[in-house]
Amino acid sequence: MSLLIPEIPKFPLAHLIDVALDWLTRHFSFITKALSHATSVAIDGVVAGLEWLPPWLLILAVATLAWRMAGRRVAILSAVGLLFLWNLRLWAPTLETITLVLMSTLIAVVIGLPLGIGAALSRRTARVVMPVLDFMQTMPAFVYLIPAIPFFGLGAVSASVATVIFSMPPAIRLTALGIRQVPADLIEAADAFGSSPRQKLFKVQLPMAVPTIMAGVNQTIMLALSMVVIAAMIGAGGLGGEVWKAIQRLEPGKGFESGIAIVILAMILDRITQRIGRRSQASAGK
Amino acid sequence: MIKIKVDRLTKIFGPRPEQALKMLAQGASNADVREKTGHAVGIADVSFEVREGELLVVMGLSGSGKSTLIRCLNRLNEPNRGHIYVDGEDITIYNREQLLKFRQHKISMVFQHFALFPHRTVADNAAYGLEIQDVAPDERRRRAEEALELVGLKGWGDNFPGQLSGGMQQRVGLARALAVNPDILLMDEAFSALDPLIRRDMQHEMVSLQERMKKTIVFITHDLDEALQIGDRIVLMKDGRVVQIGTPEEILNNPANAYVERFVENVDMSRVLTARSVLSRARVVAFPQDGPRTVLHKMTEENFGSILVVRRDYTLLGAISLERVSEAVKSGATSIEGLIEEAPAVSPDEPLMGIINVMAEWRYITPVIDAQSKLLGVVTRARLLTALAESGRETASAPDAEPGSAAA
Repeated sequence: MSLLIPEIPKFPLAHLIDVALDWLTRHFSFITKALSHATSVAIDGVVAGLEWLPPWLLILAVATLAWRMAGRRVAILSAVGLLFLWNLRLWAPTLETITLVLMSTLIAVVIGLPLGIGAALSRRTARVVMPVLDFMQTMPAFVYLIPAIPFFGLGAVSASVATVIFSMPPAIRLTALGIRQVPADLIEAADAFGSSPRQKLFKVQLPMAVPTIMAGVNQTIMLALSMVVIAAMIGAGGLGGEVWKAIQRLEPGKGFESGIAIVILAMILDRITQRIGRRSQASAGK
Repeated sequence: MIKIKVDRLTKIFGPRPEQALKMLAQGASNADVREKTGHAVGIADVSFEVREGELLVVMGLSGSGKSTLIRCLNRLNEPNRGHIYVDGEDITIYNREQLLKFRQHKISMVFQHFALFPHRTVADNAAYGLEIQDVAPDERRRRAEEALELVGLKGWGDNFPGQLSGGMQQRVGLARALAVNPDILLMDEAFSALDPLIRRDMQHEMVSLQERMKKTIVFITHDLDEALQIGDRIVLMKDGRVVQIGTPEEILNNPANAYVERFVENVDMSRVLTARSVLSRARVVAFPQDGPRTVLHKMTEENFGSILVVRRDYTLLGAISLERVSEAVKSGATSIEGLIEEAPAVSPDEPLMGIINVMAEWRYITPVIDAQSKLLGVVTRARLLTALAESGRETASAPDAEPGSAAA
């Protein structure tokens, strides 16, 4: 066979990406490193602050918040779950994980919301954004960790950058979906009263998209949690770090302990944010 | 004075209307245009005028272009050719800024399916147009409340639209349109989604509101009864073109062509001939716990010869005549229990024929009840005769129309 078909040289995809990333690292990593430093100070500060508070006070605060936003059952679930985590002596890693998840989610939403709005309102933006989202979501999550290191160094900042990229797509997608789902006759009504595009967006489209956007935020949080765990491989610490340690030392008991802690945390975050979404739906009437 | 002048307006749907326009100018039919260019003709060469303070009904079946036409008037649809003059100004050349101002202040719209904002309260819905104009919150609230009061929804401001019935929702839609105090109201099948009784109520109210407000109204409907009921003049449309313009009388008496004739015929014959279609609201009724004086007062106030007696849940008990009540008052009776006569009631699906028979024996208004004996409304002699007079016109061409012959 090789006699008949001339050898086609391998397309140097990996090499090209390396070259591009090298170039970017060489010219821009001073920015990202500075950013990284600032961010890591911020993350450490928040974690240190939370650790300084007595755990029972934090648990009480979370339970109250859950009660206000999601009702009694979720409040009880949160309190019991967090008390159990405290009892397992996993309080500090839990705080690290929560901090990373919430910060990453916040950044993902702050970037994702305007992109989602843009994609919903402009066909051209949608044509650019949607394939990128497909790419972001299909790419195995680990891969993001590799280039994050040269830009941001090992640790929590690289983890949160990878997490932001990985968890942003649902925030964008569901924002766009929520806005596009607003019934055409309501858009027509808004137009008929002389609304400018901006008034239409803020008075009709966004408020009506809130339940869908909240569903997107919920998914973003869940994805962020899963990514924060994986990011333990590049030194993100937290509950993922505990799992990672258990793998390296072959300690199944410890591994499951931390794994179950992650599940409990996921349930608490999911229930609280889900209920917020549903609540805003209820207040939107039907 | 002419408020709106529509001049040879054409609207084609599709990305490249030029060829379609050319074909229309050469007299091609809509089907030809669609076949050749793949473009749909919304309206073609439509001209008419609306006078200030007039309620103009645009009537046609679905697909006749009436919704397209009304959306051209505030440029929700951009017309491809022709002009629209409002107060002498050509609004088709307005730029974006002018167009927003025009929509905010001069013209507002009521929609078939209400199109209320579900996330806003009734008051905030009514205030929407004012909010868009950046009116201060206090004044906004006040004017929205005024508008709600005008449509009979005082005190409902804090509810959400989802908590209201269809009829009430459309009142909110009307209040939202009126709150900005526009010169022109566009009403797109505004009452078509409501059930027949509510619709009739709304039509009555519309007419009485209009009497006070004297807005210029363009009202779209596919229902001839509705058009006749409320229209000062009617524009009849078919296939995106105007077939006839005239007062209700003119259209009924001199149908411009076979299409109009058939329209008038079909709509009348199928709709006018049951109790439902001549139903009016029983505005004043008596309750069994009312004393004779109260009942007498209610009757003299309304100039009734008799009054229907119902329970609080509107179950029909019977009727009382004026003679009996005044006797009871004279003799100093305290209850009306013994005065109630049985009244012959009919179902809403009763043909007019049957009602005529009932009325031959019963001198007073005829109650219409549902299967649970709840009072739905009444048929008065006047309404029955009007309906018969209208359908009687067609009996000449429709030999099997019994009610006409029975009325004779």
